[in-house]
Amino acid sequence: MNWGGLDAFLAMGGHGFYVWGSYIVTFALLAIEVARLRRARREAMRCVKPGTDLQQADRS
Amino acid sequence: MSQPGEVAHTPGSMWSGRINWFKYSSPQSFFPLAGAAVPWCAIPAALLCVAGLYVGFFIAPTDQQQGESYRIIFIHVPAAWMSMFIYLVMAFWAGVGLVFNTRLSGMMANALAPTGALFTFIALWTGALWGKPTWGTYWVWDARLTSELILLFLYFGYMALAAAIEDPRRADRAAALFALVGVINIPVIYFSVQWWNTLHQGASVSLTRAPTMAATMFLGMMLVALGFWMYSIAVSLYRVRTIILQRERHTEWVADYTRQHA
Amino acid sequence: MITRDLLLAVRRRADVATTLLFFVLVASLFPLGVGPEPNLLRAIAPGVIWVAALLASMLGLGRMFAADHADGTLEQMLLGAAPLGVIVSAKAVAHWLVSGLPLIVLAPVLAIQFDLPREAFFVLVASLALGTPALTLIGAIGAALTVGVRGAGVLTALLILPLYVPVLILGTGAVDAAAAGLGVQAHLLLLAAFLVFAIAFAPWATSAALRISLD
Repeated sequence: MNWGGLDAFLAMGGHGFYVWGSYIVTFALLAIEVARLRRARREAMRCVKPGTDLQQADRS
Repeated sequence: MSQPGEVAHTPGSMWSGRINWFKYSSPQSFFPLAGAAVPWCAIPAALLCVAGLYVGFFIAPTDQQQGESYRIIFIHVPAAWMSMFIYLVMAFWAGVGLVFNTRLSGMMANALAPTGALFTFIALWTGALWGKPTWGTYWVWDARLTSELILLFLYFGYMALAAAIEDPRRADRAAALFALVGVINIPVIYFSVQWWNTLHQGASVSLTRAPTMAATMFLGMMLVALGFWMYSIAVSLYRVRTIILQRERHTEWVADYTRQHA
Repeated sequence: MITRDLLLAVRRRADVATTLLFFVLVASLFPLGVGPEPNLLRAIAPGVIWVAALLASMLGLGRMFAADHADGTLEQMLLGAAPLGVIVSAKAVAHWLVSGLPLIVLAPVLAIQFDLPREAFFVLVASLALGTPALTLIGAIGAALTVGVRGAGVLTALLILPLYVPVLILGTGAVDAAAAGLGVQAHLLLLAAFLVFAIAFAPWATSAALRISLD
């Protein structure tokens, strides 16, 4: 199926707001989820610093 | 002491397959397996989604009744499928954790919940944006959307319960029980909502009724659904690795791991 | 065992009074919110009365295990001779007597306030009689899961309100049908079936939840 140029593609027959609103939010949310996961992992890695006395870390 | 994953070659090694399986049910041995699996799921996920959306936008024709707005279906339906499928998988691991008392199962269930909730929200969001051009309002109390809303509440309840209890073991088990109670009730909730909907509206308004769906539309939907599925696996495995690091931070292998990968 | 909880419940007459007061208050908020137009109120009456009853019943759930948990009796019950299912059922009965039965008795008064047709009165009472025990039983699961947890009240509500939805739909559906002059057998039978399902399943789930919470 060929769209008549980029303008028609973006307009989506007048429903561009709804179609792109759906797609952009969806993939933005998925990207945010991945970003948050990576941040959480980095924090978990920092939680056990190399050489930390594990028992002392427990008490803090 | 054998390394995680190593199969004992005993005379009765025809059982080696089974020994192998239970070895991976400890967080320590599952951790590297999950890590290896993540890219094998993430890359196909991206490819499948791109393929599905290509089919959806450039091969599938325009719908006669709904025009171009129907193209939201290529995310809405896969997201709805994922929201329900992930809940089932979550409840499965919750049940396994309760029955076999394995820690990893509870962690896996916890890892699945946020992704399931996210897909539920996406299904609701895209449903609303699909409803506006099609039916005139952003929200329609049709059976599917209302059931999705209740499913979102069930996900939130699971996550809130797990977060509110301090002891991780108790939190996992309580949330697991709640997930199981929820999974048994979901068919009941779905049918009662469906019945409620037909009671109050003459012609049931269904956003996903596509009686004449072209094969290409279906193909696009299936490709994106598979892509979302691979994405869910990748993301959940990644998340469970972080959960394992947090829960097992007092063990030596985690200390070694963080030292190596700092 | 049952008598103990019943005696405690009966002595707490104040709990019955507050439950009833809450029931009436919530139901009275709706006309204040939507206006006094009789046709509108008649249309929303089954839903309003049912939601008010549901919330009033839910409020009392905190009492089910809290007192016994606070003084350690609950842990003793887990170790004791009586099967946990019996203990849980006794507590459910006690809860319903305080937070369910009074609502059933008062519901016709609210129905008059909303000018519900006379034909619907009996069905309203019947639907509540079948529904409120189910609400108690399902609520017990939520209460057991959140024993001793900070913020248990709101958390319990978040957990069980989705599970209340089928009972709510069936109950209000029955009353709506009666008000419209249609048959109510199917609705009441489904409500009864759900209640049986709850009686069979909920005490077991509640016991499991208590063990998880207290082990």
